[in-house]
Amino acid sequence: MAALLFYLFAAITLGTAILVVVSKNAVNSAMFFLLSLMGTASLFVLLDAFLLAVLLVLVYAGAVVALFLFIIMLLDMHGGDRKPFKRTTMVASAFAAILLGLGVLGFVQRAQLTSAPVGAEVVAVGATLKGYAAQLFTTYLLPVQIVGFLLLIAMLGVIVLSKRFEGLEDVK
Amino acid sequence: MDFSFYFDLPLALRLLLQGTAVILVLFPLAAACSMAERKISAWIQGRPGPNRTMPPFMAYVPVIAPILRSLGLFQLAADGGKFVFKEDPIPGHVNKLYFVLAPILSMIPALTTITVVPFGAYLNQAGAWVPIVLANLDVGLLAVFAVSSLGVYSIILAGWASNSKYPFLGGVRASAQLISYELSMTLSVLPVFLWVNAPGGSGTLSLFDVVQSQSQPGLWGGAWYAFLMPVSAFIFLVALFAETNRQPFDMPESEADLVGGFHTEYGAFKWSLFFVAEYCHMIVGSGIFVLLFLGGWNPLPWVPLQTVIEAIGLAGQPLLTGALAVGIFLGKVVFFIFFFMWVRWTLPRFRYDQVMTIGWKKLLPLSIANLIVYALVIAWIERS
Amino acid sequence: MAVIQVERKPLTLAERTYLPQIYHGLKTTLKHLVAPTVTLQYPEQRPEIPTGYRGVPTLVKDPNGREKCVSCQLCEFVCPPKAIRITPGEIPESSPHAHVERAPQAFDIDMLRCIYCGLCQEVCPEEAIWLQKQYSMTGYTREEMVNHKDRLYELGGTLPDDHFKWDKKKAAEDAAAHGGHH
Repeated sequence: MAALLFYLFAAITLGTAILVVVSKNAVNSAMFFLLSLMGTASLFVLLDAFLLAVLLVLVYAGAVVALFLFIIMLLDMHGGDRKPFKRTTMVASAFAAILLGLGVLGFVQRAQLTSAPVGAEVVAVGATLKGYAAQLFTTYLLPVQIVGFLLLIAMLGVIVLSKRFEGLEDVK
Repeated sequence: MDFSFYFDLPLALRLLLQGTAVILVLFPLAAACSMAERKISAWIQGRPGPNRTMPPFMAYVPVIAPILRSLGLFQLAADGGKFVFKEDPIPGHVNKLYFVLAPILSMIPALTTITVVPFGAYLNQAGAWVPIVLANLDVGLLAVFAVSSLGVYSIILAGWASNSKYPFLGGVRASAQLISYELSMTLSVLPVFLWVNAPGGSGTLSLFDVVQSQSQPGLWGGAWYAFLMPVSAFIFLVALFAETNRQPFDMPESEADLVGGFHTEYGAFKWSLFFVAEYCHMIVGSGIFVLLFLGGWNPLPWVPLQTVIEAIGLAGQPLLTGALAVGIFLGKVVFFIFFFMWVRWTLPRFRYDQVMTIGWKKLLPLSIANLIVYALVIAWIERS
Repeated sequence: MAVIQVERKPLTLAERTYLPQIYHGLKTTLKHLVAPTVTLQYPEQRPEIPTGYRGVPTLVKDPNGREKCVSCQLCEFVCPPKAIRITPGEIPESSPHAHVERAPQAFDIDMLRCIYCGLCQEVCPEEAIWLQKQYSMTGYTREEMVNHKDRLYELGGTLPDDHFKWDKKKAAEDAAAHGGHH
């Protein structure tokens, strides 16, 4: 049963993830992204990581994709006319693909996943609320802070880009 | 009475039966809300409200039929029938898939959130409280927030798929408003859980545990969180009004300036799905407010249900205690639904920029300050 | 007119939270919620019609049962929407009111045209046409909405008469006739 559900949700996650990339209509892409996230959340539920599943739905499915849709609607994007890739885009995506591949390779090579004896109940550290919070504030404090700073920088960037500096116009 | 035959049924069948039972209560309750809305609107405006409709054969029934008639219950049935049978047009200029999908999507979060909301509890033979809930998740409240945050998609998609200006504006307004107020709403309940989760415990976000922590004896234990944390309760209530698109925050619909907002192009059954979903959100939202801040199924502050049950000698009768708890809880929820309608006819609607100002510049800082103050206070109490 | 600048006081903190105002508003609406309704259950309860109400125009008889209209057609001429149509007729010699000489043979008021302006009542020298208290006129066909003479008298009934103009006139004529002989 669990294996069947795993393959079902994994298929949903991966299939819709591919559809996100290949859909011509941006709204369709966003909706497939939503489905993909729901599939991921279901996989987390299968792993008994309820908190993670709920947070994924709350933050990504509930807010981030909604904002994507919001932007797509505001820009009134229509699918169809595809522009050829620019050289910089191609270089950047190739670089990203290499990084991702290296990451996966590193994970496969270096990760130590001790397989539990069959039938034993494995409780992940992040399964309970308290364990999850403790991990965030002890072991993973630095990564969390770094990600937080990254988001802050992105936010400041948006503010700088979107704010009109009227004094500067006079200088020009 | 012996219910062991029920517990012998397969789990999947039992869950199916329980889920169906809950939906069979929630759905008519949501429909009845629409009639309550019309009646309360009428009473506040000095009118009697709908009180004419009656099927001809009911004229022979004495006493009951006139009462039902004056309460407008037959009108409710007539309206429901009308929504089902009238023509359900799909305008030619819409995106058909998303246009049809949107009202269906609106029902999913509306009916899903109820699964983790306990609507009562019963005292079993051993003298322990057992929640009456479809799924008593440890992350209960987060699950409610997560699933109900999906409700925004139906509105965005409805607005976008309608492919015309007013629904589009309604959809944009709705999505911005829902995302804005979700923040304050989530932050406002954190002090409650800081208070509930005593150090050393396993940590819980379960709504049942919140009610249990409000039904302890003593001055602090019996106090409802509306008294301990009035600011949290207030922020949650305001955000709840905004999240359910009720006046004074009904920007997404705003029939005065956007015709009907996101559902302008909808009619008949699809429109009624939006309508029922809104009322389901109201019911679930009121339920959560009652559980978090108004003591759930405890009849009065500082008077837990256990005291009442022991006083009238119902201990040891799980069925009756459960019925009593569900009754008290539903009574509070119904009061809150009335409160929604009461406020609707009291407050004028905010302008959209005021909605955003209140959300981001007033409620969000207030809820953050509230969280910090309570975190400090609770830390200080636990230290001493 | 001098322009009066009203100084707008800055809101107090309590006012800026809206809360006292919301509280008072809720109190007001609650008062209205429990207050008795101000509406009428129409077909069962009928409104009290004030005197001087201008309802459906009707024709009236005087207390002696004489139809007051003498078919002078002033109302027909004054009627702005041309709702009134009168066919004048003679009063037969055998009638006790023969001295009035004329009465309408037919008197139609098309209630689909009538605008209830009351000019017919105002212009009538005989006080024969009155806009009375009936406020609702319904019908299934256009023909039904035309009030014929019998219907107009049925609606109008009898009103008290202060003058008995024609009786006095007849009496004066009789007296004059007698006086002439003597």
